[in-house]
Amino acid sequence: MAEVKQAKASSKSQSTQPESRSIKLRLHLPAKLRNLELALLVFACGINGVAVVLVQLGALGKVNPEIIWMGGGLAVLAIGLHLVLRLVAPQADPFILPLATLLNGIGIAEIYRLDLASGASGWQAFSIRQIAWTAIAIAVSIGVVLVVKNHRVLQRYRYLAMLVGIVLLLLPMLPVIGQEQFGARLWIKLGFFSFQPGEIAKIALAVFFAGYLVEARDSLALVGKRILGMQLPRVRDFGPILLIWVAAMAVLIVQRDLGTSLLYFGLFLVMLYVATGRVGWIVFGLLLFVGGAVLASQFFSYVGARFHGWLDAFNSDVYDAVGGSYQLVQGLFGLANGGLIGTGLGQGRPSIVPLAESDYIVASLGEELGLAGLFAIFALYLLFVSRGIRIGIAGQDDFGRLLGMGLSFVIALQIFIVVGGVTRLIPLTGLTTPFLAAGGSSLVANWIIVALLLRLSDTVRHQPRLVVTP
Amino acid sequence: MNRELKRLSIAILIMFTALLCSTTTITVFQVDNLRNDPRNVRTLYDSYSAERGPILVAGVPIAQSNPSDDKYKYQRSYGLPEIYAPLTGYFTLNQGNTGIEGTMNAYLSGTANDQFLAQVNAILTGQSPKGAAVQLTIDPKVQKAAWDALGDLKGAIVAIDPSTGEILAMVSKPSFDPNTLAGHDTDTVISTYNTLLSDPNDPLINRAIAGDLYHPGSTFKLIVASAAIDSGKFEASSTFPNPSSLQLPLSDSVIHNSGDGTCGPGETVTIADALRLSCNIPFAEIGSAIGQETLREYAVAFGFGQSLDIPMSVTPSEIPSDLDAPQLMLSSFGQANVLVTPLQMAMVSAAIANGGVLMKPGLVQSIIAPDLKVLQEFSPEVFSKPISNQSSQTMTKLMVDNVANGAASNGRIGGVEVAGKTGTAQNGDGKLLTLWFTGFAPADNPKVAVAVVVEDGTSFGNAVAAPIARKVMEAVLNK
Repeated sequence: MAEVKQAKASSKSQSTQPESRSIKLRLHLPAKLRNLELALLVFACGINGVAVVLVQLGALGKVNPEIIWMGGGLAVLAIGLHLVLRLVAPQADPFILPLATLLNGIGIAEIYRLDLASGASGWQAFSIRQIAWTAIAIAVSIGVVLVVKNHRVLQRYRYLAMLVGIVLLLLPMLPVIGQEQFGARLWIKLGFFSFQPGEIAKIALAVFFAGYLVEARDSLALVGKRILGMQLPRVRDFGPILLIWVAAMAVLIVQRDLGTSLLYFGLFLVMLYVATGRVGWIVFGLLLFVGGAVLASQFFSYVGARFHGWLDAFNSDVYDAVGGSYQLVQGLFGLANGGLIGTGLGQGRPSIVPLAESDYIVASLGEELGLAGLFAIFALYLLFVSRGIRIGIAGQDDFGRLLGMGLSFVIALQIFIVVGGVTRLIPLTGLTTPFLAAGGSSLVANWIIVALLLRLSDTVRHQPRLVVTP
Repeated sequence: MNRELKRLSIAILIMFTALLCSTTTITVFQVDNLRNDPRNVRTLYDSYSAERGPILVAGVPIAQSNPSDDKYKYQRSYGLPEIYAPLTGYFTLNQGNTGIEGTMNAYLSGTANDQFLAQVNAILTGQSPKGAAVQLTIDPKVQKAAWDALGDLKGAIVAIDPSTGEILAMVSKPSFDPNTLAGHDTDTVISTYNTLLSDPNDPLINRAIAGDLYHPGSTFKLIVASAAIDSGKFEASSTFPNPSSLQLPLSDSVIHNSGDGTCGPGETVTIADALRLSCNIPFAEIGSAIGQETLREYAVAFGFGQSLDIPMSVTPSEIPSDLDAPQLMLSSFGQANVLVTPLQMAMVSAAIANGGVLMKPGLVQSIIAPDLKVLQEFSPEVFSKPISNQSSQTMTKLMVDNVANGAASNGRIGGVEVAGKTGTAQNGDGKLLTLWFTGFAPADNPKVAVAVVVEDGTSFGNAVAAPIARKVMEAVLNK
């Protein structure tokens, strides 16, 4: 069908060709978008394959084809998603899928590299599990693209989304299935299967925020009393904001996770700002959060330890303390070891850092790919985020705009919190790096975001445009 | 909403810029501090994983890295470990490195500045980086002879080529086996290290340059005589009173010559005879006569109190500047306040042997990159000129006489004129003696200057140290 459209379009332009400098009404050429996507996808898969081979050459000195076949399977899945897009969302953004595939693949290569260092194999190996999870995540992503034909449907379920989000957030606090790891209570465990529901919650909450704000933004912005030069909304409009703040603080205090708490609260504040245009509320919200965090750091030693480890990381007492700055400092050593161009894949010692395959995947990549490699990865993320923000700018309906912007901002914020923590810009908190880090829940969540952004971008472009060509 | 989105885009851009800045700060500006942090085990692993260069003696490795199966990739091993341990030092995972392993670490591990381009080249061409080889000035035959000659005694031997300063042999006993510290099991290494460290005989210390300093005893008379003659205040034939005992000024203490008699039959005794017979009373008088400033000046010119790296750093020998009259007299025959390293006494002999010119002693013959390019080569360097050529000839004559007709008779070698001086230093009442010999041979064309020290002695320098020194000098002359 797409090819037919293209043929039509080209025959049309052919016919007007003899006349010089004419204004033409041209249809969008979805096939061109999809062809571009396919080319980029093949390129991304190529880079990923080369990365795995380099890891093997660097760490083993020989090529072991087994893992490459598995990676090839992922390439097939990604191309499967691409084919689905050709059928159901032909005008979707052509960059999002290749970017996600590339980041996902680089992550697998580095996780595989860490498995080689630790000698893990089979289902013990993070890389094998990551490949399996990627397969599941892309499959879920295909499912979302197929099921969510129109994103406006989601607006209808905004309060359900809130409920789902909050339940998911609170799930790890339940006695039997909730599980504490590394001092944070973020996991649920069902049999041998453990999951971090907070990752999925961020999507549910973004859907809720977008739906709620589209409806409430006018009353939030216009109705209410002015106190101290700031327009305060009515309590019934303001209620959900307080609710979210309380939830964020609950996450911080009960689940002991500053990063997740900051992520949700930051997402909410930014979406609130974009919806209402009120800078004052961002300031107010930030003060509220910082106040809460400072109070928490006074009363709860694990939050205090994070701050201490950040400010005084190289102090040997802090370094040696349980929950001290050991991991942070070892990560910095890793980055320094990488320097400008890195040690080369498979040739550094990223496995020295605890959680090198998940929270510290950025430090691992920084060690082996160097500053140059990190810059390239940041650029990939920035591109990804910018495609999402584009949906916000070019979108037709406010719900879609807010949702697109929110989903992409949550990725940007997550990267900022993780990488900022690893590079000692802000206190270190445990969050996964989207697409790169080992972890099934994170992968599934981020591939759902990919699916939603693809869907949203398809509706954005689904308009004929007037194009002036010379 | 678009205005807000634009602002948000700028905010996101700022967030990413902040990340770029923080990563750049770490990988560019803080990189040296982070790499040198003692807690950074990567630097350590890297230094193990690069093929560390060997330490060579006459082209044969005495320390080398062999491939191993564990994560460190290489295992350091030492052939003839004990003979060379005081020179090679040890190379451990986390207890530091000593000796040549420590001081030449940058070259051996390939991280020295001169090797930077070679390393970049190795990375670009996909080769594993290698360290440079360090060739020592040691002559293996002389080193072996010195090691065997010292037998089971505690002490040290230094042999120098006086014309260049190249160290031909350096032995310190008891020694240790650096292989036991090169293992990759940290707990074993630490326990071995602690055992060695708590050994009362201090096997980890190179006594030739860095042990507790020794009283030089009568060997110090070489410096007193050199000062007396070279300063022009006296000649070898100048005479001093010859009593059989002398009460020190300002005190009740009385000093005697060795053997308690006078120094030869006469009422007076010359400097030449006093040195030949190694008498204490005349040297106490000479020291007083030239004064502590002149004496100290000469001692410093011979190397006392000066820092010296060979490349291991040598403990400076001591001569205080604030001696009172009795201290000066005692110091003039090598007791009380003067303290020396064996290397220092070898340098005294070497300076006299080399026409009064002291060459800077060194251990490193050459540094050879893996591509066989010579990065650094030993070049003889004048350390100081403590005495004139003429004074050195006079001193040589006196020292030859000391071996041929005097107190150092066991230093004689058939067919070769040997210059030498023995010493028997006291370390306080009831304590064992420190036995010395220093000298050079052949006297007319010196090839080797030696110093031998034996701890915990019960007899005389001539009985114990002189025969050892003779074997070392013979090893040089017979090669």
